[in-house]
Amino acid sequence: MAAGMSLRRRKAVEAGSKGGWRLATPGVVWLILFFVIPLLFVLGVSFLSRGARGVIELPITLDHYARVFQVYVPVLWTSTWVSVLTTVICLLIGYPLAFFISTQKSAAVRNITLFLVILPFWTNFLVRTYAMQTILAREGLINEFIVGLGGEPLTLLYTPFAVVLGLVYGYLPFMVLPIYAAAERFDFKFVSAAHDLGANDWRAFWRVVFPMTLPGVVAGCILVFVPCLGTYITAELLGGESVLMIGKLINDQFISDRNFPRGSAVSMVLMGLVLIALIFYVRYGNRER
Amino acid sequence: MAAKAKNLDGAIDVELRHVIKEFDVPRKDNVRFRAVDDVSLQIRDGEFFALLGPSGCGKTTMLRMIAGFEMATSGEILIRGKAMQDVPPFHRPVNTVFQDYALFPHMSVLQNVMFGLEMEGVDKREAAKRAAEALEMVQLPVASDRKPRQLSGGQQQRVALARALVKRPQVLLLDEPLGALDLKLRKEMQIELANMQTELGITFVFVTHDQEEALTMADRIAVMSLGKVLQVGTPEEIYDAPNSRFVADFIGETVFLPGCLTRKDGMFGWVQFDGTTIETKAALSDTNIALNANVTLAVRPEKINLFAADGNVKFPDGSSDSAEVYKTGLRRDPDINIVEGYIKSANYIGTDTRYTVNVGGQHDVVVRVQNYGLRSDTSFTQGQRVNVFWDAETVRVLTQ
Repeated sequence: MAAGMSLRRRKAVEAGSKGGWRLATPGVVWLILFFVIPLLFVLGVSFLSRGARGVIELPITLDHYARVFQVYVPVLWTSTWVSVLTTVICLLIGYPLAFFISTQKSAAVRNITLFLVILPFWTNFLVRTYAMQTILAREGLINEFIVGLGGEPLTLLYTPFAVVLGLVYGYLPFMVLPIYAAAERFDFKFVSAAHDLGANDWRAFWRVVFPMTLPGVVAGCILVFVPCLGTYITAELLGGESVLMIGKLINDQFISDRNFPRGSAVSMVLMGLVLIALIFYVRYGNRER
Repeated sequence: MAAKAKNLDGAIDVELRHVIKEFDVPRKDNVRFRAVDDVSLQIRDGEFFALLGPSGCGKTTMLRMIAGFEMATSGEILIRGKAMQDVPPFHRPVNTVFQDYALFPHMSVLQNVMFGLEMEGVDKREAAKRAAEALEMVQLPVASDRKPRQLSGGQQQRVALARALVKRPQVLLLDEPLGALDLKLRKEMQIELANMQTELGITFVFVTHDQEEALTMADRIAVMSLGKVLQVGTPEEIYDAPNSRFVADFIGETVFLPGCLTRKDGMFGWVQFDGTTIETKAALSDTNIALNANVTLAVRPEKINLFAADGNVKFPDGSSDSAEVYKTGLRRDPDINIVEGYIKSANYIGTDTRYTVNVGGQHDVVVRVQNYGLRSDTSFTQGQRVNVFWDAETVRVLTQ
């Protein structure tokens, strides 16, 4: 909009004056009942003590948080680098892929390639992860092939490599789709303008194309990074005991140890990490909208 | 109009030699669309050169080839005598003002203008200084830390101009840069651009479909149609001496009368109106037109005049004369053609009145008469018998 309020803002003002906030009531009630109250409950529990047979009791204590930062730092670290590595690999694969799809002249080719990107969602995530297991296992597809050629079988399953592979496989569409949305909106006249002003391809990309698609990149990174940080199934099935991540740690605290306060504390720390990522998103992902 | 005090006999800045550009037609194998069809042009140093034509005539494609965004299918493009075939756009001594400006939305106004300098390796402080100077030159009245989308169309246009000019290009290419502006602003910018060009002495190549814009600003105009350049010349040459029916029709208003060439003498020819015995003398657009060929007379409504067949003729100074005496006086000049007719319709448009006059029974001409006095002094009524007259030089004989 050249002048005056943006359309979005004008809509908001008009809706507000007509009591449009009432439209949000079902959502707000839902969030309060099933998100805010349970969250406050978890927060409260994280400061209480564990009694005999898993009973939650007083006194109030900071011990669980202290323990998270003393004992579980390696777990936080593993979760973080696995998530960062997964995000980076997804970005390196997803960015060119999204541009490839968005620049296809034929709408049919665009739709089919997008469909292929989304296709894995049609199968249950758990099933897909088990399938990955059978591929990577000691007697799996890859090793059978290697042994067939006369080589020694490799240890692929239950390694960080397997976890990252599984996560990239699972979350790549979340990277491709928002970047595709940004790439599709991108007008290549800006590349012409950059060339015209003396920028070669490399500089045109870094000074014009990348910054203009950055909102899509940041959205994609958040959509991959956040679920990776809390992943449980992939870490459990492909990482086993060798890759201990936060999701598995929380599960162990609640199910095996029945230590609800400590599990709650680890959950709150995970939320803190996610919050940092979201602050980053609000700060850098929402510009130019 | 800008005061033009240019020496345009200088070096050739941009030269096109038999340039052809063909595009593939989607979903049709072996069918190619020829957007630019064997164009040769020479644009001189310091010239304001307009490429004028209707949309789809190939003018923008030509501009994009000079900029380096499109490669010619065949032919050569030279800038300052240097062949440009293998020179990418970022190494050409030209800059472009794009049709919709293509300002980088994620950069501020200042950053947009600095971009080209930074690409040259100019250090940030120097670039900022020169960018600020360029913005001053285009008289941008807003803070340079604004984003392009916060500016009006006219302001964005100025930023686009500053961004290109700050590079001090050899040639500035402008692709319909005033198309998105409203009429009043467009008129102002036309004069401002022409003045700026004279001041800077940079060669401007300006693409437009607006004939008035081209006439107002350009030193020379190339009129294009269907990928071909039909005529190149000064605004006066193009307007007064069109070489084809298309040029006469596209630029200004023209009434066409079909006829037959009966006699030739030097630059002039005598044309008999189709099916009538009226013969008029007119300027030949091409002295090679064969005798007895079918031709078209191109008549500009403001270059012909009329007076009443009977009664008195009134003049701007208030005097009057008998129509018969006046007609006899005009007849003494062999270059004056006088044709009788009657007023079919009159259309008052303020500054002048447009009369549709039937001449010779089969053909109508349009005459624009300036309303110099009160309307009653100059007006003719429907059905009134009149004499239409014109100077042979102002009417052109065109082929077909």
